[in-house]
Amino acid sequence: MSWAKRILRVNLSEGTCQEEPLNMDWANQYLGQRGLATKYLASEIDPKVDPLSPDNKLIIATGPLTGTAASTGGRWSVITKGALTGAIACSNSGGFFGAELKFAGWDMVIFEGKAPNPVYLLIQDDVAKLVDASDYWGRTVWETEKGLKAEYQDPQMRVASIGQSGENGVKFACVVNDLHRAAGRSGVGTVMGSKNLKAVAVRGTKGVKVDNPEAFLAAAADGKAVLAENAVTGEGLPALGTQVLMNVINETGALPTHNHKDVQFDGASDISGEAMTVPRRSDGKPNLTRNGACFGCTIGCGRISTIDPEHYTVKDREQYQKASGGLEYEAAWALGAATGVSDLDALTFANFICNEQGFDPISFGTTVGAAMELFEMGVLTTKETDGIDLTWGNAEALTTLAELTGRGEGFGAEIGLGSKLLTEKYGHPDLSMSVKGQEFPAYDSRGIQGMGLTYATSNRGACHLRSYTVASEILGIPEKTDPLSSDGKAGLVIAFQDATGAVDSAGICVFTTFAWSMDNIAPQIDAACEGDWTVERLLEVGERIWNLERKFNIDAGFTGKDDTLPKRLLKEAAKTGPAEGKVNELGKMLPEYYSLRGWTDDGVPTNETLDRLVL
Amino acid sequence: MLITIKLFASLDKYLPDGAVKNQVPMTVEEGVTVLDVIKSLKLPQEHCHLVLIDGVYVAPTERETRIMAEGEALAIWPPVAGG
Repeated sequence: MSWAKRILRVNLSEGTCQEEPLNMDWANQYLGQRGLATKYLASEIDPKVDPLSPDNKLIIATGPLTGTAASTGGRWSVITKGALTGAIACSNSGGFFGAELKFAGWDMVIFEGKAPNPVYLLIQDDVAKLVDASDYWGRTVWETEKGLKAEYQDPQMRVASIGQSGENGVKFACVVNDLHRAAGRSGVGTVMGSKNLKAVAVRGTKGVKVDNPEAFLAAAADGKAVLAENAVTGEGLPALGTQVLMNVINETGALPTHNHKDVQFDGASDISGEAMTVPRRSDGKPNLTRNGACFGCTIGCGRISTIDPEHYTVKDREQYQKASGGLEYEAAWALGAATGVSDLDALTFANFICNEQGFDPISFGTTVGAAMELFEMGVLTTKETDGIDLTWGNAEALTTLAELTGRGEGFGAEIGLGSKLLTEKYGHPDLSMSVKGQEFPAYDSRGIQGMGLTYATSNRGACHLRSYTVASEILGIPEKTDPLSSDGKAGLVIAFQDATGAVDSAGICVFTTFAWSMDNIAPQIDAACEGDWTVERLLEVGERIWNLERKFNIDAGFTGKDDTLPKRLLKEAAKTGPAEGKVNELGKMLPEYYSLRGWTDDGVPTNETLDRLVL
Repeated sequence: MLITIKLFASLDKYLPDGAVKNQVPMTVEEGVTVLDVIKSLKLPQEHCHLVLIDGVYVAPTERETRIMAEGEALAIWPPVAGG
């Protein structure tokens, strides 16, 4: 148990919803969520399919611990072939939607085909049906969620939806649930929009059964005690959230700034977690209103903020004067340091728009940064930008572009292409700070060497959450390693990748691993699920998932040549800070990585490796 | 000699008067170590998890012997993480 053992298959072309049993052989090999849904996707679609064609599928998946009493047990994911990358995509979200889907008795929902007209999926326990969404098409995430709850007179209904950006083909559109939690990366919302699927609304009352309730409650309680007693998860994250990193990463000279031209940002302290707690002049309140937590979470790292009511972005616009989600570190960095904007309220507003219209602030901010560099070079002028002055640090340009991108209007439509297509269009593809088409997150790999290998080998394009070696290289978790040295980083990256694959497939949050080792996680899965789930087995599952994703990408047409970084990071040395004079040493790390993975010199898993992992 | 002190997150309450944006200049004797500075600020040592001088990590075992130099910035955090 712990799996509901039921899948909902929705054929959007035919308008049908059918129940089928979960493939338990696969569940035992891939656990759930990221791994299990990737197995289904890889088995059911041609990896070469156009991501936006009806032949692509989109899977909403929970893990075995989703909806249980395990701390952070509310995670769910969207798995598809990514619109932004053309690679395997798995975007993970929190909030309450995932647990509700599990309460309704479903492990996952597989969407196939394309609806002839906009629809949403309504799930009420065992009953699922497609409903005409013409009243919601063209509306924002916030309007859609509010409207559906009102229509069904059910404030406890949980909704995951796309905004106008997903409808309009913005390449980095998200699926947003609970107003401001998002399956954010790789354009999974774009795929959802291409299927004319506006939303999934779910209400579940059935609960989740675990295999050994007594052992599970004991293991879950042990896990919660570890989180509470750990200084990071018990104190640090609840206080300042991920935003505490802004000053840390800036001090260490690894804060990508001005489209990675610089590695330190003069305005970092103005947009930091500490700055969010400083009372402002207008109303005496700080930007940070309170922290927030997802379903079952005992950490509570989320930021709930308000914008200065006198700020230009919200004057006479009441809907943006209320408290809402963000800023988290990644959004603050991408909207701020990457563009040179140090106006905290402008960043908060742009982040609100990203949530409201459903697009990824990392890819958006980084793409605006690339456009600002093109503007500085004179490649872009106000003629192309419809009069918007894209000078570094222009807060009004950022907030205007956020609104235009959300609606797919004007130059915002070009920002919606993402940095790869935008810079290619204007003849400077080297200025796209991306891997496999997905923009970098907030760590410069010249100052944190392991992150260069992390980004280059990430199966979904540049991503910090596939192997967060920052924990070791900067924060000393679980052990401190030298961020400026590439020695030993291949093994470190692999260890993080495999462990994260298992965590992402379990239904829990990767942030638990700041305190939990696999020794804390395995007993919870083992008690909740049938069978014996040891640390060794979970790490094998993680390795199997990594190789399955790799194989999907190879079959989609990617090669080892795509395991690279932009020229800027490999040739242009960092100008300041501890990494001054350094580039990323990817060429030194990658061959060792391939060898340790059991792949050929070209980055292809050998038959021996595939056989060992039963792939 | 003059150094810069930077205290972040929950350690900001230990900042001397005059701090702006979590940092403050501080005059110290020649030859003071990182540990001397931590003690002079009455910082709880068990909370001094991440210690950087000009962005470079100073391991706990080095704090007693690492001598501060003119113009250096000492930045300290309690245990923190993010993503």
